Formats: sequence, structure tokens, C-alpha cells
Amino acid sequence: MPAPGAGMSVGSTAGAFGAYGGRYVPETLVPALDELEQGWRDALADESFHAELHDLATTYAGRPTPLTLAERFAPGKRIYLKREDLLHTGAHKLNNALGQAVLARRLGKRRIVAETGAGQHGVATATVCARFGLDCVVYMGEEDMRRQKPNVERMGLLGAEVRGVDFGTKTLKEATSEAIRDWITNVGTTHYLIGSCVGPAPYPELVAELQSVIGREARDQLLAVEGRLPEAVVACVGGGSNAIGIFHGFLDDDVRLIGVEAAGAASLGSGRAGVLHGARSSILADEDGQIADAHSISAGLDYPGVGPEHAYLRDTGRAEYLGATDAEALAAFGDLARTEGIIPALEPAHALARARELDAELILVGLSGRGDKDLAEVLALR
Amino acid sequence: MKTLVIYLMADPETPDLARSAVEGGADVLEIGFPFSDPLADGPLIRRAGERALARGMRTRQCLEVLARTRELVPATPLLPMTYSSLLEAYGWERFAADVAGAGGTSMIVPDLPAGEKPEVRRVQLVAPTSTDERIAYAGKQTDGWLYLVALTGTTGARDDLSPALAGLVERARRLVEVPLYAGFGISTPDQAHAAAELADGVVVGSRAVQVAEDGPAALQAYVSTLRSAIDAV
Repeated sequence: MPAPGAGMSVGSTAGAFGAYGGRYVPETLVPALDELEQGWRDALADESFHAELHDLATTYAGRPTPLTLAERFAPGKRIYLKREDLLHTGAHKLNNALGQAVLARRLGKRRIVAETGAGQHGVATATVCARFGLDCVVYMGEEDMRRQKPNVERMGLLGAEVRGVDFGTKTLKEATSEAIRDWITNVGTTHYLIGSCVGPAPYPELVAELQSVIGREARDQLLAVEGRLPEAVVACVGGGSNAIGIFHGFLDDDVRLIGVEAAGAASLGSGRAGVLHGARSSILADEDGQIADAHSISAGLDYPGVGPEHAYLRDTGRAEYLGATDAEALAAFGDLARTEGIIPALEPAHALARARELDAELILVGLSGRGDKDLAEVLALR
Repeated sequence: MKTLVIYLMADPETPDLARSAVEGGADVLEIGFPFSDPLADGPLIRRAGERALARGMRTRQCLEVLARTRELVPATPLLPMTYSSLLEAYGWERFAADVAGAGGTSMIVPDLPAGEKPEVRRVQLVAPTSTDERIAYAGKQTDGWLYLVALTGTTGARDDLSPALAGLVERARRLVEVPLYAGFGISTPDQAHAAAELADGVVVGSRAVQVAEDGPAALQAYVSTLRSAIDAV
């Protein structure tokens, strides 16, 4: 595993993930990132933090999530689905939101700001804020508010304020920029609950650790049922948090790690080294460094950046990254529903599309969320 | 004598606007190289950047604007202000070299805090949230003067001068040797006057960009009101 970015108040954070990571943020945020990093280190060393997270995971979130063998979806293979769709709020995002909310309370922050694309992270954040009595503001692009309307309504019901972002691409990229601007303005009172393994150090490492419960559980579960490790672990990659979480369970094993990006938002497959939202990573940008528009039917993958650890894993060859088109994801979405009685979110449908044609027999797929939020969008296309 | 710094977004009209700003009394000019996702900027400069990008203002065109501005204002320090993504794409060393070659004096990179890429010479920024340790460090690293971000927030006009500026100036005076110029949220002559009573210089950005839309004469008139206000200190 790469060395985490050290918390140096005046030193460089470069090199956290090889050439990737760092803190490319306005000075105003640096002391808050130092404070967050220190709070995170203290929490990791504190047994009561782990005990609280474990208690929340089991009594509130619904962990451990099951492993389901999808025999009818992929005849002739043994594809196991790690069922984060069954987690409370319907996606893996809650693992991170719960952990960061506990951390925010330890830091004395009573106001939470977040960005959301598909709305799953916004719902998870609104949920934990309701659970802990924290003020919650979620920034969401107006295009995403249109295509993920049920999640906008859920956030409102949970007591969060959803602020639409009406400029640029009107999707996750601008929502993230606005959330960071809010944090710059209210940094004294506010914790920025970032939703993926992106952003300035220590966020990529922190989110990966909170999501690594997916990989740890899945590894134990698969060993128990199959008596061996999978040949490959496959997960969708937008910002990359569910993938990094499941990959972390297998980094030291002889297991192929495969991330699947939306073909129109392939930050790793067709991006270049660049700086976006506080970190150096692989991003979709033009030759001048201007950020390019991503295009995906899946709002959760519709992002021109990706977590720096994924860029590092790509460069070192430890993980490989493939693409899936909108049409391939839609086909897998429908097939899983009809063959297994599971309606996946469009995001993991990309992983399912690549997994079923993979040259491997025993495969673990991260089913990162459920598809209720996508029904209107999918039905409109039929 | 206090220093007046005026920010302009790089556009084909920028050299003429720069000359007017200098005639109005600007001592230093920042030239914004637009970026698609400017985290430190409020709506006004963000929108000006979007317009500049729509007009094709990429790094090479911005450097040409810088060179033409240098021809029109030979004696005024010129500082590109832009984001890390542009430098990463262009090459950090190549960017610094080409800025110098086009007549740039130094540069400002608001999403590159002190400590990141220390080899890149630039004007460093400190904020009300900065620790004493970071202010001292930025003061050592900075190129010429230290940029005091007067408020916790993004660029843009505010109703009142930030109450955080006085404390920041007081701390920076104790910790660093270089001149201190204050910016963010300073738009009116009264605010410029009040800021100049504290700091060695004043930076005006968003409102200057807004006024510049009305042409060189309007900009010169506006800058001269700022000049008078800070000269009255």
C-alpha cells in the first residue's frame, strides 16, 4: 500500500500515491486539512472510534452485507455480487458518510456540506446528518437533479437543504466545486463530507479506509463459501470509492483488480495527468489543462476526475481499467433484474457488463447500489 | 505610498485595459489566465473566465496577451494569476520560463498553497485561517510580497471590509519581512482606503473585471478613485 500523505503543516504532501494526490487547494483550507488529518490519525488510534463505527455498521447500516451468487445472470461462471445495494440508503456511500460524520463530531463541526452526483452520496450524507442532528447542505447539479429526482426528494425529507448548481456542466464536477467554495467560506464551522476517494489529502486515503470494509468482508465471505480467492474483482469507477474499498481487501493477493469506467467518462482510460478538486490525478482535460465534459447515462460516473490512488494503481499495473458504454450498462441492468431479481444502479451495471464477459470463472463484483433512483431515466430510454 | 494592484481577466482587450488601469494609478497588474474550475473565485470572476475560455483564451493566447500588455506598460509589474491545472498541462518550469519571457514579473497560483511545489517561484497567499507557522513559512517562500486573503471565502465584492484583515496584518507584521498586500472582498474606494490603512497594498479584482466590461475609460476612472482613496491614507 502506498504511504499516506503525511500531515505536515508547512511541507509538501506530494508523493502520497506516487506522483498523484497532494493538496492543490486555496491556503484557507490548509489548516482545516491539517486538523482533519490529525483528527483522523487520532481516531484511527482510538479503539472507541472503531467500536462506534462497528456499532453503527451493525445496528444502523445493515452490515455485513451479503454475497450473492448470480448463477442465472452469468451461466458457466461463478459471479458473486457484494450486495452494497442492501446497505441502508441503498448504496455503499453510507460507509463513508457514517465514518466522516463520527469524525466531524470528534472535530466539533456541527455543519456538513457535501456534493452529490447520482444523489446516493447526498442521501447518505443527509441520513447521517439526521441521525446525528447536524446541519446539512448538499450541492447538486441541476442536470443531475432532473435525472435523479427521487434522491432529491429523499434528501429534502431527511432535512437536508439541496442547493442546485446551474452553471457549467450542471453535474457532479460543478457541484463539487461549489461544495468546496462553501467549505472555503464556512471552514470554521463546517466539515466537508466528500463522497469519493478524491480531493486533497487526507480525503482519498480516509475515504478508502472507510470503504475498505467492503473488501475485507467480501474476502472473508468468499473464502468461507468457496474456500479460495476470486480470480478477479470487478467494480465500477467514477470517483472510485466503491472500487477502492473492495480493491483494498485484495491488494496483497494474487487477484486481478478491474475497474470499469463509463466509456464517456474514462478518466483513467483516456485521461491525462492533471489537477482537479484539490488533487493531482488522471483527469479528462484538454491539452491546456481545461477540464473536459464527461458524458455518461449514469450520474454517479459522470465525472472527469478519479481518485489519485486509482491513477497510482493503474500506473503500477496493480489494477486494470476498462470501459463500458451506456448501451452495455443498460443491457446488464435489465439482464440482472430479469435473471436475478436484483435491480442494480446504473453505475455497477457497468461493472456487471464487463464481468460477465471476462476471461475468468470465479469473479467478485461490487454491486455498489440499487437502481430505484434510475428507473425513470431507464424507462424513458426504452 | 501604498501599492494598488488591479486584476484583469486575460482577453484580447486586456493590453488596452491594462494601460488605462496604469494611467488611472495602478502600480501592479494581475492577469487572470482563465480555468474551467476556479475554486478560489466567486461568481463574477468565474463567469469572466467562462467568457474568456469561450473566446478561445487558452494558455498560449494568454501568454501573447501578457507580452502585448508588457509592450504597452513597460514599467508595471505583471503577474499571471491562474490555477495548477494549467501549469501541470503546460509544464511547471516551461510555464514559469514562458511567463518570464513574455514580460511577467512573478505569478500567483491560488490553489497551490505554500509547501506544495516549493521550487515554483510565486507570490504566496496567506489567509485568516493560516497558522503563525504557515504565515512565517509563506513569508520566506514568497516572491516579492505576500498576498493577504482578507476573508475566509472566495473572490468577490462584499458590503464591508473583512474584520479578519486587521488581525491577519498584525500577525503577518510580526512574522514576515516582505510587503503585505490585501485582497478579496475589496471593491469600493472606502474599503480600499480602510485596507490601505492596515496593509502596504490593496488588490482589487472582481469589481475591476466588472468595470472593465465598460471599456478602458470607465476602468481608468474607477482605478483613479481607488488611487485617490489609498493615497489619502
